[in-house]
Amino acid sequence: MGTGLVTLAAAFMVAASAGAAEVAPDAVAFTDDGVSASLTGQAGDPAAGAKTFKDRKLGNCLACHANKKMEGELFHGNVGPALDGVADRWSTAELRAIVVNSKQVFGEETVMPGFYSLKVGLNPREDLVGKTILSAQEVEDVVAYLATLKE
Amino acid sequence: MGAALGLAMAAGVTVLKADPIDAKLEIDGKPMVTRTKAPEGHPFDEVMSGWLFREPETRSLEEDPFENPGMLSVEEGEQIWNTVEGTAGKSCATCHGDASESMKGISAHYPKWDAEAKRPINIELQINKCRKDKMGAEPYAFDKGGQKPLTAYIKNQSLGEPVSIDLSQGDMQAWWDKGKEEYYTRTGQLDLSCASCHEVNMGKMIRADHLSQGQVNGFPTYRLKSGLTSVHNRFRGCIRDTRAEMPKAFSDELMALEVYVTWRGTGLSVETPAVRQ
Ligand code: HEC
Ligand code: HEC
Ligand code: HEC
Repeated sequence: MGTGLVTLAAAFMVAASAGAAEVAPDAVAFTDDGVSASLTGQAGDPAAGAKTFKDRKLGNCLACHANKKMEGELFHGNVGPALDGVADRWSTAELRAIVVNSKQVFGEETVMPGFYSLKVGLNPREDLVGKTILSAQEVEDVVAYLATLKE
Repeated sequence: MGAALGLAMAAGVTVLKADPIDAKLEIDGKPMVTRTKAPEGHPFDEVMSGWLFREPETRSLEEDPFENPGMLSVEEGEQIWNTVEGTAGKSCATCHGDASESMKGISAHYPKWDAEAKRPINIELQINKCRKDKMGAEPYAFDKGGQKPLTAYIKNQSLGEPVSIDLSQGDMQAWWDKGKEEYYTRTGQLDLSCASCHEVNMGKMIRADHLSQGQVNGFPTYRLKSGLTSVHNRFRGCIRDTRAEMPKAFSDELMALEVYVTWRGTGLSVETPAVRQ
């Protein structure tokens, strides 16, 4: 038990120091072009991004978006538009802006959650206070995956 | 399998058909109102029962009381109705007699103003009042003891009765106002309100779920996933899904929400126990 806690604390410190190089959620710079700079300085991994995209506990993007490239997954939602060919419609910087905080692109009324934003709704679950839905690297991975969706 | 579920296989991607169906619901030969003109001030033109949004198998289970798994709970509720409990040595039947007479149509008009408690109460809380004040029995804890089956039994006595609540009683209007504000307040890490799903995206698919208007006329509902489900349990589940802290059952928050959401279903038939996914 005691050693477990120590290991856990050590893991947090690693996570915290890795975070130092990241752009914090409230420091992300939005311009008319979107969010041009990577949040981590590290290239996104499209394969990891695909996993984050469909994982119900992470992006759960299929809840709201259909995606022909994921035919193997049962049930795609249609709350948002199908994402086929999305990289033909939006630049990488724009896609990053949409995933980080869609409200910056679509306006306050959009139902798409901001995946790297701390402007959340009332009474967030206690263990999620101050946390974003995705980590900076997960956002980079998802954006790298979206950039592959061309028709 | 695909066809039975009503799937449209477009380009290999499964997107479920998303229009509410155009069909009539009859239970035991009784016609149910599943679509009706919305009351004054309602965001929709037409209010629609959740039944219209469900898969064919789920819908047909509700049509036939012999097939409806929720009817077992209704029978259990009838037994509880007739069971003596508490220090006064009484059952519900001691005072109210035959529920098919005394409880007919009653629950379609809940929540009601409780002058003593100075707040609206639902059937669950009315049962607890009678248990405590008239029977000398312990009030049921949320979703415990006979609360769900007894509520289902009482509401089933109003099957087909159109929902209408009286907002002129006591401070009901103020509770409606509070409930409305909650309905449009975004909660949780996902930053969604009731309206985000049940108003803005009504009729759309959220993954495998066809979004209805989120009406409460069928509660307690029999959910194929999890059995008999109370209305406050469903509210809590939807709030949890926004990744928010859940208000307590029967709290002011959830009672206000129940008043407002019940009003949003004005004119729909009581369908208890409705069958849902
Ligand atoms: C709760 C619903 C919901 C979820 C979950 C969701 N989105 Fe969206 N998304 C929308 C809606 C709605 C729009 C359309 C914008 C609008 O009108 O508000 C949209 C738009 C988009 C667009 C622009 C599409 C276009 O063709 O213009 C992209 C890209 C996108 N979302 C990516 C994602 C990704 C990636 C995820 C997961 C990490 C995700 N979305 C999760 C609802 C959602
Ligand atoms: C000793 C008599 C007595 C017993 C036992 C009793 N009740 Fe009642 N009940 C009443 C009275 C009197 C009322 C009228 C309202 C009040 O005074 O609370 C009432 C009201 C109700 C109402 C509301 C009716 C309406 O018009 O809104 C319901 C529902 C109800 N009781 C259900 C039950 C149930 C279920 C039980 C058993 C768990 C039960 N009662 C046991 C006396 C009783
Ligand atoms: C993230 C989406 C989402 C949000 C936000 C949401 N719900 Fe739901 N709700 C659902 C889904 C999915 C279902 C099941 C399918 C259906 O009936 O719409 C459901 C079902 C319901 C039902 C059962 C309907 C029936 O016919 O049995 C009620 C009642 C309900 N919701 C009320 C609410 C209320 C009140 C709120 C706000 C506190 C809320 N919901 C917020 C997604 C949501």
